[in-house]
Formats: sequence, structure tokens, C-alpha cells
Amino acid sequence: MADTPPATARPIAGGPRTALAHDSAVKHVTGRAVYTDDIPELPGTLHAAIRLSDRAHAAILGIDTAAAATAPGVCAVMTAADVPGEVDIGPVFPGDPVLADGLVEYAGQAVAVVAADRLDQAIAAAATIGVEYADKPAILTAEEALAAEHFVSPSLTFRLGDAEAEIAGAPRRLDGDLRIGGQDHFYLEGQIAYALPGEDGDMLVHSSTQHPSEVQHLIAKVLGRPDHAVTVEVRRMGGGFGGKETQPALIACLAALLADRTGRPVKLRLDRDVDMVLTGKRHEFFARWRVGFDDDGVLRGVDMELAGRCGMSADLSNAVIDRAMFHADNAYFLGAATITGHRCKTHTVSNTAFRGFGGPQGMVAIEYAIDAVARAVGKDPLDVRKANLYGGPGRETTPYHQRVDDGILPRLIDRLEVSSDYRARRRAIDDFNAAHPVLKKGMALTPVKFGISFTATHLNQAGALIQVYQDGSVQLNHGGTEMGQGVYVKVAQIVADAFQIDYDRIRITATTTGKVPNTSPTAASSGTDLNGAAALDAARQIKNRLVLFFAEHFKVAPEGVIFKDNCVFVGNEAMSFGAAVKLAYMNRISLSAAGFYKTPKIWWSREEGRGRPFYYYAYGAACSEVLVDTLTGESAVTRVDILHDCGDSINPAIDLGQIEGGFVQGMGWLTTEELWWDAEGRLKTHAPSTYKIPTSSDVPEDFRVAFWRDGGNREDVVKKSKAVGEPPLMLAISVYMALEDAISSIGHHRVPVDLDCPATPERLLHAAEAVRAASGGRKAAE
Amino acid sequence: MQRMSDRIHFLLGETATTAAVEDPTTTVLQWLRARGRTGTKEGCAEGDCGACTVVLGELDGSADAPRLRYRAVNSCIQFLPTLHGRQLLTVEDLAEPGGDLHPTQDAMVAEHGSQCGFCTPGFVMALFALYHDPDLPESPDRAAIDDGLAGNLCRCTGYRPIVAAARRALGGERADRFSRGRERTMEALQAIRAGRMPEIDGFHAPRSVTELVRLYAERPKALLLGGGTDVGLWVTKDHRRLPALIHVGDVADMRDVVDTGDTLDIGAAATYTEILPALDRRFPDFAAMVRRLGAMQVRNAGTMGGNVANGSPIGDSMPPLIALGARVVLNRAGQRREMALEDFYLGYKRTALEEGEFVERLRIPIWAEDRRFGVYKVSKRRDQDISAVCAGFAFSLTEDGRVTAFRAAYGGMAATPKRARAAEAAVEGRPWTLETVAAGMAALARDFEPMTDMRASAEYRASTARNLMMKLYLETTGQIGGPKETRVARHG
Repeated sequence: MADTPPATARPIAGGPRTALAHDSAVKHVTGRAVYTDDIPELPGTLHAAIRLSDRAHAAILGIDTAAAATAPGVCAVMTAADVPGEVDIGPVFPGDPVLADGLVEYAGQAVAVVAADRLDQAIAAAATIGVEYADKPAILTAEEALAAEHFVSPSLTFRLGDAEAEIAGAPRRLDGDLRIGGQDHFYLEGQIAYALPGEDGDMLVHSSTQHPSEVQHLIAKVLGRPDHAVTVEVRRMGGGFGGKETQPALIACLAALLADRTGRPVKLRLDRDVDMVLTGKRHEFFARWRVGFDDDGVLRGVDMELAGRCGMSADLSNAVIDRAMFHADNAYFLGAATITGHRCKTHTVSNTAFRGFGGPQGMVAIEYAIDAVARAVGKDPLDVRKANLYGGPGRETTPYHQRVDDGILPRLIDRLEVSSDYRARRRAIDDFNAAHPVLKKGMALTPVKFGISFTATHLNQAGALIQVYQDGSVQLNHGGTEMGQGVYVKVAQIVADAFQIDYDRIRITATTTGKVPNTSPTAASSGTDLNGAAALDAARQIKNRLVLFFAEHFKVAPEGVIFKDNCVFVGNEAMSFGAAVKLAYMNRISLSAAGFYKTPKIWWSREEGRGRPFYYYAYGAACSEVLVDTLTGESAVTRVDILHDCGDSINPAIDLGQIEGGFVQGMGWLTTEELWWDAEGRLKTHAPSTYKIPTSSDVPEDFRVAFWRDGGNREDVVKKSKAVGEPPLMLAISVYMALEDAISSIGHHRVPVDLDCPATPERLLHAAEAVRAASGGRKAAE
Repeated sequence: MQRMSDRIHFLLGETATTAAVEDPTTTVLQWLRARGRTGTKEGCAEGDCGACTVVLGELDGSADAPRLRYRAVNSCIQFLPTLHGRQLLTVEDLAEPGGDLHPTQDAMVAEHGSQCGFCTPGFVMALFALYHDPDLPESPDRAAIDDGLAGNLCRCTGYRPIVAAARRALGGERADRFSRGRERTMEALQAIRAGRMPEIDGFHAPRSVTELVRLYAERPKALLLGGGTDVGLWVTKDHRRLPALIHVGDVADMRDVVDTGDTLDIGAAATYTEILPALDRRFPDFAAMVRRLGAMQVRNAGTMGGNVANGSPIGDSMPPLIALGARVVLNRAGQRREMALEDFYLGYKRTALEEGEFVERLRIPIWAEDRRFGVYKVSKRRDQDISAVCAGFAFSLTEDGRVTAFRAAYGGMAATPKRARAAEAAVEGRPWTLETVAAGMAALARDFEPMTDMRASAEYRASTARNLMMKLYLETTGQIGGPKETRVARHG
């Protein structure tokens, strides 16, 4: 080893467990992070605008594009008739035409698209396109669709035992219903694609997407070309939250169609209002429940019906409603259970993935029912929650027959109960409420148990590509997309650890279908679990080659080759990683590898409603305290305590960001974020002036977040971490239940509360007045 | 015939810059991005998300004691020609030429204040404006930080780390190369201001009321542009072609706020930010409500005069102004007339303004006697949200405890901001008791038939309007311990 430079062994910087800043943090704060709209435009780039449907449900009798075609700057106008390949771009099931094909099924659907030299010209031209409609009756709400049995796909039921008999035989019974609102993703960067036509019919598309592979395949489909002609690339998104899983395909396909038609680069960037009207959102739900329970509030049987408003097509709704059903138990053993999910077809935008993917709605429904049970038996809701948790003999089976036997949640809740000072604060709140007629406080401590894995089992796979260069620097690529959640930095930390080199030796590169094919969406909280494991596999392949080579070259046993502290140790000698790699190159060792991973152990039979759909569960619990003005319904969250299970966190700073950010996003969903349609099915809250996501002052100053550090992950997940993207959103259910608790206090927790969500001031005031009336109490001030 | 427009002159960062104005309604954001300065982002194009926040440096104060003031605005609704004679700072300008981050940027990185990063340039610029706000205390409290950040939406972080970054960046002494270069910047801006005003086709920026009167008389069809926080949306959202614009932002004698002792006399071109100190002194409740109106960027650009003249039924300035008995001074070709604000509104977005007439000033009387005053803004979200219902009340009590000169004005309840005359009559002259307030509440049904829309139902508006009168009663009688215990909002 005389010809290798001396190596300095030094512990690596930025491996797992390090609270590294986001890989793009400095670029974010200096404005140098490049988003799709920031890519320098090629000369000749055209800008596109979409003509949206004015009607919720109508046959299209004619589309008049004559004026648009001759408008200033216009280069192309396209309708469904002009699509060279297939018109339908449904991601799983058909039903999503790229442009309306003789029929519009929601107000805001894309009918035609224009490309012009300038964006203002495209917008002006699109507005001139005349559409002749023959209106058809429109179904707008889940309840209407449920009554009419108007579904996008068949209903499904999970069964555990005989719920009917158990409810009938239980000492006490209750029933109720609940309307759960939807949610707009409100990613700060709107949907966008920039399509660049190439030679031989190739198309390179920069798309702000969580699912580049699907965008690639659908572009190929509408163009009538093989997948290999299309490359889709995304360096970063300005937020995704599920809204860029299936939805970007429409935008990218339209841009590619226009680019193909004109032979010029085409950018389609949606204005905020168009984005909110055109693209899908979190599903609204109508839930009906019947429960049987004993005098302690312990559930004997539950019958839950969950009707999701899917909108005009199936999109991902089958899986979304499934996941609502999977989480209709939240953390509780329901006794016998019948859980039915309906997929309601409405003439509104097709609803889609959104952080939690139906899970939050299922959980809200059972938590709401649990509160009603607690009121019925006169107990603190926390005691009823604890009494119903999974655990103990015969209490470990979910309605889909997966076992919950890791025993984490009872301990986690006990600890949060103590650390949040729940009991003393409960007494203080009771005292406050007794003394205050106008303002009422409320508090709730609610758990989250969230199943980790795509329930479509085939999606639980990932690929990665690692290339080591001769100087020992490393390029990392994988199917995970970066939307702010930090998958790039976390996977890079895993790879740094595998090679035992500093994190900054690894260059993170844009996700592209040209490097790693057939990827799954970055969704279901799986980004790091899957792509981290695939990257680790690639790193191990390269390391194994290096180990075998060094063992042979230096005549030592393979066990004598060790990667550590930015060096490769062979026997008693150390080489810098760069020198080692150079030596391997000179000896013709491949320094590039494609890694692959598929999640073990999981299976799911949808037909039987039975299996192990989830590799493991992620847990958390939150205790929220609120203040409600019972004269106006205004409310404020005054304190939040969270204890969350990330396993062994790969990057505690990034994971903390997911917990806090998820919680606040969930809080918005359940409080101020109200989607409001008029009687004609037109969304009227389509911009931040009317659709109100939380702002800084909505977040309490007293916001305490801690990690549950006792467990790691008993499954063989990369670095023993746990997925953290979605689960924290559902911690915000504690805010909703705390608001309900505040309203309930008006009737001294003895009168039923009817509070749909989001709990806007209007709904809170309405609920408060109803409880006041029902409790026979006099008006606050009297 | 199309006339060639002049170029405007301003500082972009520290560099003297000229820009051709082809269309005066080109926004600053469009201009920046077309030049490849893409750090500034478009999130909504309506001034509600703050992703496009930039900072304008502007000469302020008297001619012999000029100051340089930095204020954050939304570049998505700021028209390009308004940059003339100002300094424009964007996120690209803050780091040192050698690459060292500005303290605000550094704090955002250290506190993990960015995730997707798309809102981040806007937050950095909002923090930068706070960094340069001479009135912000050395270690601002949470409420002051929220006031500064309410105009910036973040969908990823949940704000906690951004608030932490604000504390880190704003605590302690605040000095950077912009404060060190202040003299040079002011000289450069003064040199531009000393020069001839550029002649821009379709855009005029008078510097005095006299000049404004002349210009408007010549162009009675022109549109008066204040902060553009509403007019900007006519362009970005409605894609309207606007008539010639007369920008009143440089009309010095319409931008002043004078406390005469008898009245608070507010120039119609004064921004909310400029009015706030005087409101804080005279009508702290009103000031607290104004801090929930729009957000920092909107209050830095938007004018109370514009809010009044625009006459939207949901404009938040008007209910408290009407309750306080404010009057408007109108000017037409130099002829002035004055009227009570409630008489200014004739119908939905219809006012008493005649062609060629403009709102020159607002005058709020300052009562010598002990006047009770309450203002309430009810919205889905506490900050930067348009009210479902807004209400202002004012009254006095006679020595024997009877209500006198009771004024109640509501927004969001009718086609215009409107006094509740029936409710006022039901209360006037009676002892301030629960019975009286109940009579007032019941009478509101005769005053208003509110409508249902995306912000609230008619029923909610009606109940809340009644309950706000109850709240006024509870707060002014001290029955349950004063405002702190009847309001959840941090400001109130």
C-alpha cells in the first residue's frame, strides 16, 4: 500500500441520528433553489392555459375554438378530439379524461387547452372558447350519492365477529353521524409542468410530481408512444402533501400534448384559482356509527359506515376509502366490528390522495363516537380511550385481522398523560368553565395508530442508483421525490453511513425516470423506508465488490476489510475512501449499482378483508387545550403536548419538522379550512383570500413536542426508524375533540354535542347554542 | 397614437437600475421573474400568501430630516412604475457578496425554518423588514412576531421553527450592510427623486394634491391607485385592462396623519402602517383590529382611504370609522365638501363620489367626554382574513346612566357598511342594562337581512351581530372582568 496517500481517519460528519439541516436549506433562504418555474426557459417556449367547464354535469354539444385559434400569439388549441393517443389518464381505473370527451362531470374540468407565445395571450384566448352544454342532473354531496347508491366502485365491508349481535346485547348503545370536511393541499407551489420535445418523438418533462413514473407512463399513453420516449424529472416540489401524486399527470400531459403538437417547449403553470378548482382534494366523508358498550365505556361492538365523496372518478378513491376503513378503529379494540366503506360518485372534482389518505377521516369518526360514549357513561374521555386501547388477551385483532401486539400505545399515553399534567389541568379547566359564561376551555388527549405500507402491496418496492466516482465522491439517485419532507437528506445520511464517508461527499440528484425506472409514488409515508433501503442495497453491492477486491488484492480475509471514519481499513492499514476507490477503478471494479427493495411480510386479501396490509404501525398521541368564545364561535388553541414515535430517528430535526408541520396542517383541516361549493357545484373557496390555512398566530406559543425513544422499530426497517410523513397530521384530532369538549362543558358534559368539522366559528357557535338550548341553560350573560 | 414611455429609475439591491414600462400594470413580480430573478415566488397572485414578498426602501420624513424606511410588500400586486425613486430588495440581495448569509437567512437555516422552501424567500424578506423596523423592540414578543409574519403562509413547518428563527434573528442588536450603507442609499434615492418624474404612458404619480387635482381634472376617467391591494387583483385575477392610473402614493399632503386634538385627520393616501401609531394613541381597540386587517405587507401598501373609497361591504375600516362618527373630505377640481361616512355609501360598491371627485381625507372626531367604544372583527381565521361580520359601537352614558349618542355600524351585513339605526334607536336614551341591550339585539333584525356566502351563512351573521352587542355590554359593564375574558383573539 506504499503508493496510496496517507489517510486520516475521522468520524464521518452527517450520518444517521444527526440533526442536519435540509439539504437545500441554504438555497431556500437565498432564493437559489430551482423549482420547475425557475428553470430558464428555452427560446420559443410557449405558455398554456386551460378552458375549464362551467357546469357540474353536462353533455358537451360543441366547442367553438375559432376565435381562440386566431387570437394574438396563439399557436395551438386542443380538445379531446386532438389527442393522438388515449384520452383517458385514470391512474388506476379509467374515468379521468385528459380533456373532457363529450361530457363534463364537474365544474372546473379541463375542456380545452391553448398554447400561446405569452401567458396573458393564452389566458385571454382560452376565455374566448365557447362551450355548448346540455345540462344533466348533478349529484353534489356524499349523502345524496349514498342515498342514490351512486358509486365510483363497489362498497366494501370488513368484519370481525358479529357486530350486530354484540351491539344488540351490550348494556348500552349509541348511534350518531358526522360530516367531515375535505381539504385543499395548498402546496405553496402550484401545479406546473414544462415539456421539451426532442428528437425521435422523445419528450422530456419537468413536472412538479410525487410520482414521476406515473406521469411518464400517462404522457406516453396520451401521445401514443412507448414509455421509453418519455423522461420525467423533478428536482424538488414546493410542497406536495399527496396533491402531487396523481394530479400532476393532467398538467404534464397537457403540456406534452401541446409541445408535441407545436414542436416547441411548452410550460403549463396553474394560477392558484385554477389549481384549486381543477385539481382534487382530501375526501369529504359522511360517517354513520352505532356502538354497543358497557357501563365503563368499553366497546362491545361497532358498526361504522364511511361514505367518501370521491367526485367524478375513481382516481385513488378505492384505496383512500379502504384506508379510512383501516383506521376506523384508530387505536381501539372495537369488540365485534362491521366497517363499511362507500365510494360516492359526485359531480365535483375527483378527490385524491392527501397526507393520511383517508386514515384521518376514519379516525375522526371513531374518536367522535368515543367522546359520545364517554359522555354517556359520565367519564373523562381519556379514561374511556385508555380502556379501549388494543392490548390484553383477546383484544389484539383489528377489523381486518392484523394483530396489534407491540404494546407501545398504552405506555406512550400514560407518559403523555403525566408529562402534559392532564389531570390537574382537567380540574383547572372545570374551574375556569364554572366561572366563565362566555369563554369555555376544552382539552383532549387522543392517540394515533397509523399503518405503514401501501395497501396496494405491489407499490411497496423501490429502486436506487449509486455511482461512485474515482475521487471518492458519490452520486445518489432514487425513486423518492423531494417535496420538503427531507427524503433526500435522510437517504443521503443512510448512504454516508454505509460507505462511512462524510455526508457532503454525496451529491443528491434530481429524481428522474431515466435513472431509476418504475418507481412508486413518494407517498404513504414510505419515502425513506423504501428508498433508503434500496439505496442501502446499492451501497452494499458496491461495498461487497470493494471488499472482495481488497481482500484478494491485499491477501486478507474479507472480514479484514472495514469501511470506517472516511477510510477503508485493510488489515492494519488505512486508505482514504477516495484512494481506495481509485485503486478499485484501476483494477476494473464496477463502482455503480442499482439497488432494490421490497417490503417483506405484508399481504392483503381485499376480497376476504383479511391480511397483514401493514408492515408496522407508527404511533403518537397529543394533548391539546383550546379556548372557545361562545358568543361568536371563535376559538384558539392555547397549548399542545405531543409525544410521537419515529423509532430511531434518522434525522431528528427533519422528523420534528414533520411532526409539527403535520399537526398544524391537521389542525387547519379540522378548524379553519372550509371548502364551500355553491348550489351549482362551483367551488367558491379557491384562493387564500377565501380558503384559510393556519397562519403563525394560530399556532400556540406553548407547543411541546417530544420523541418516544423507547422502541426503535421491531421490524427490520432501515436504521430502525419509523415513517413520519403522515401520522402526525392525525395528532390534530386532539384539537377537534378539545373544541368539542369545550362545547360539551356548556351542558356539563351531559348533553349530546353535534359538531361537524371543520369546526369553524359558525359550526362552534351553532353547536354551543344547541347544547345551551338542550341543557335548558339560560343564555351566557343572564 | 401610442407615445413612448420613459424609463423608471430605482435601486435594485444596491445597483442603480432603469426599467422600461411597456404596460404600467406589469407587476414587480412579473418583472423580476422575467429577468431571471426567480428567487421571488408566486403563490397566489392576490397578496394573500406572501411568497412574493419583497422589501421596498423608501425615503420618508421631512425634506431636511429624511429617513430611509424599509417595508415589506407583496410584489405580485405591486405595479412596476411604483418602484420609481425607491429601492427594491429581493431574497437574492441579502447575503454578503462573499456568500455569508444575512442574519435572517442564517437563523432560518439554523432553526430548520424551511422544508419545501417555496414560501421561504417571502419569509426571509418579511423577517428582513422586521429586522429593519425601528419600532420593533430588541426582543420582540410572540404577538409582535406574529404581526410581522401573518402575511406569509407556510404549509410545511407549522411555523414554530420560523418563529424561533425570528427570535434568533431579531434578538439583540440589529445592524447589517444595509444599515451601514443607509447614507449612500438615501443619496442615491434623493438623486432620483430630484430628477424629472418619468412620463409613463397610462401612469401618473403626482406629488401634491394640487398636481393630483390637475391631473384628475384632465383625466376624469382615470383610476386612482392607492396601495393597489385591491386594484392589483383586477389585473392578476380578473385580467382586466385598466384605464390610465393616477398613483396617489407619492402625494405627500395626502399621506400625512395629523392629530389636531379635536380630530384625527388622515390623508387618504396614508397606509395602515402609517396610521397605526396615531390610532394606537387615540383608539387602541381600533388599532388592535387594524393589526388583524390584511397583514404587514397589505398594511404597508394599502390605504384606509382606498378601503373607504372602494366601498366594499366587507371593508373593515368602515364600521369603526362610522361608529366613531368619521367624516370624509371629498375633492373635485379643488372644490372640497365633507360628509358623514355613513352617507357616503349609496349602494353596493356605489358611493357619493361624482366624476372627477376623490376622497382626500378622513376625519375622526376625538370626543372630549368619556366615550365607550368597541370594535369587533369575526372571521374564520384570526389574522389576514376578511370578516364574516365586523362591528363598531360607540356611546356615552349620562350621569344617571342612560345611553346617549349610541352608534352601531356593521360590515358584512348588507350591501354597504351600514349603521344599525333600529338597534341604535332601541338603545338610545335608556339605561345601559341587559334589558336595553336585548332590545337593541332584537332590533337588529329590522336593520339587516344578511346573505349566505362562503364566509358565513345568513343565520350565523345575524346571531353574531346580535351577540357582538351583548359582548359590548359585557365588556363595558365590566360584569365579567373586561375584554381579556370575552375574547379569544390574541389581539383584542
